[in-house]
Amino acid sequence: MIKEVVTSSTEIARAMGVTIKYFFTKPVTHQFPDEPVEVYPRFRGRHVLKRHENGLERCIGCALCAAACPTDCIYVEAAENTDDERYSPGERYAKVYTINMLRCIFCGYCAEACPTEAVVLEHDFALAEYDRWDAIYPKERLLEPHDASKVVVVRDDEVFVNVSRWGKK
Amino acid sequence: MDLEFIISLIVQIVMIGVIAVALMTAFAAMVMVERKLLGRFTLRYGPNRVGKYGSLQIIADMFKLFFKEEVIPGHVERTVYLMAPGLALVPALMAFAVVPIAGAPFTLPFQIMGTPITINPWIANVNVGVLYILAIGSLGTYGVILGGWSSNNKYSLLGGLRTSAQMLSYELPMGLAMLSAILIVGSMQLTNIVEFQASYLGGFFWLILVQPVAFIVFYICALAEAGRSPFDLPETENELIAGFSTEYGGMKFGLFFAAEYVHMIVVSFIMATVFLGGWSGPFAQQAPFLGIGYLLIKVAFILFTMIWVRASIPRVRFDKLMKFCWKFLLPVSIANAAATALVLAVLFF
Ligand code: SF4
Ligand code: SF4
Repeated sequence: MIKEVVTSSTEIARAMGVTIKYFFTKPVTHQFPDEPVEVYPRFRGRHVLKRHENGLERCIGCALCAAACPTDCIYVEAAENTDDERYSPGERYAKVYTINMLRCIFCGYCAEACPTEAVVLEHDFALAEYDRWDAIYPKERLLEPHDASKVVVVRDDEVFVNVSRWGKK
Repeated sequence: MDLEFIISLIVQIVMIGVIAVALMTAFAAMVMVERKLLGRFTLRYGPNRVGKYGSLQIIADMFKLFFKEEVIPGHVERTVYLMAPGLALVPALMAFAVVPIAGAPFTLPFQIMGTPITINPWIANVNVGVLYILAIGSLGTYGVILGGWSSNNKYSLLGGLRTSAQMLSYELPMGLAMLSAILIVGSMQLTNIVEFQASYLGGFFWLILVQPVAFIVFYICALAEAGRSPFDLPETENELIAGFSTEYGGMKFGLFFAAEYVHMIVVSFIMATVFLGGWSGPFAQQAPFLGIGYLLIKVAFILFTMIWVRASIPRVRFDKLMKFCWKFLLPVSIANAAATALVLAVLFF
């Protein structure tokens, strides 16, 4: 019994030692809205519909993104550009373009499928809404991303190991 | 009835009110401190969103509890169901009555109708203080078991039964640990126990020095009595939902919650008084307020260790809990008390 008492007391003392050690270390909690979160350059967050330098939309309404999307959360309705109403350089443009952010899994297939590099996944990830219908982003919101620089910081350090160095110490 | 008696009665009632309010405030603060400290122990910050450093979290929590809808389930035994939380809280508060918080009575600097007013640093200086504490301590079990039974719910009943079994079993070694201390002092009055500790070794003849085993046994039993981790079997969330308090909500749950914390605070006061010299310390005899400070420091230390234990040790299984009590703590405390008695007999007779 003595042995049992000794071993269990040392175990308890060790456990308490571990906890008191952590008591004096700095918490690892990330104070999110107060401190920005660091993400890597290739982090896939909220989508943005890009424009050309001259202000025209890159999107040509081809709906390839919608076809590529595994969760079917993109809806595209194309319309013809006219000379009076020109939205994109080509013949057609996306009249309706919505993404349902509640269904999106941020796989990035849409960006990969897009022939004009119009839809791009950027770094903003703070996508909470008060109304769930607001999570279906219309084209206007996708064209103008709100400023996320307060909550997201993109790391610019060398995070990718050169392929030629793979497997070497 | 003369004037003096009436005034002392009023002073006494005011004192009771002050202590009760102070204990409830301490409960609220304790909940906060515990959440903060547990956070730090697990590398978190704890609540820090309401007010500066989360200091207003207590008020937010209290508001929440007070304004919750009072739901009384249809299947409960109404009267007993409503009584139980009170029955749990009141004994926990009552046990504080015999704890002396300072050395000497304090005389107010003014008089009312020619009568000087003295405030005693205790509510009742019972000459069987230790027995009183143990008796009141076991009353707290009623709140738990009646709460569990009146809820008419298997989980609650099991939780209540389990808890009362735990509380009653751990009372035995607790009493025996106290006995070892009393044997040395030769008095059951808590003021005497403190004065005894203050009068030898330059005021540092704390009973923990001569009775370390009794102190450890008492500490473990105190954890079990107050339902603290690792003996928090009353609220085994993972197997009994919330034990006896499953069917309670709002302020009724709040009272059970308060009972647990007040129990823990009061038991720390008793521990500090019996084993750590209570209010005694340098110059405490002359300046009563210094004594309160010393006592509070000791109590704060004990409470800290209780939270520390909670952060470190996982909950024990129920059969092991009982086995530990009956097959280990009880024999150890009996042996300790017997050895104390033997040594004292050899030394002094
Ligand atoms: S990221 Fe993936 S899931 Fe989201 S819209 Fe693009 S393809 Fe669909
Ligand atoms: S975003 Fe790209 S893939 Fe999708 S409709 Fe527009 S052009 Fe086509």
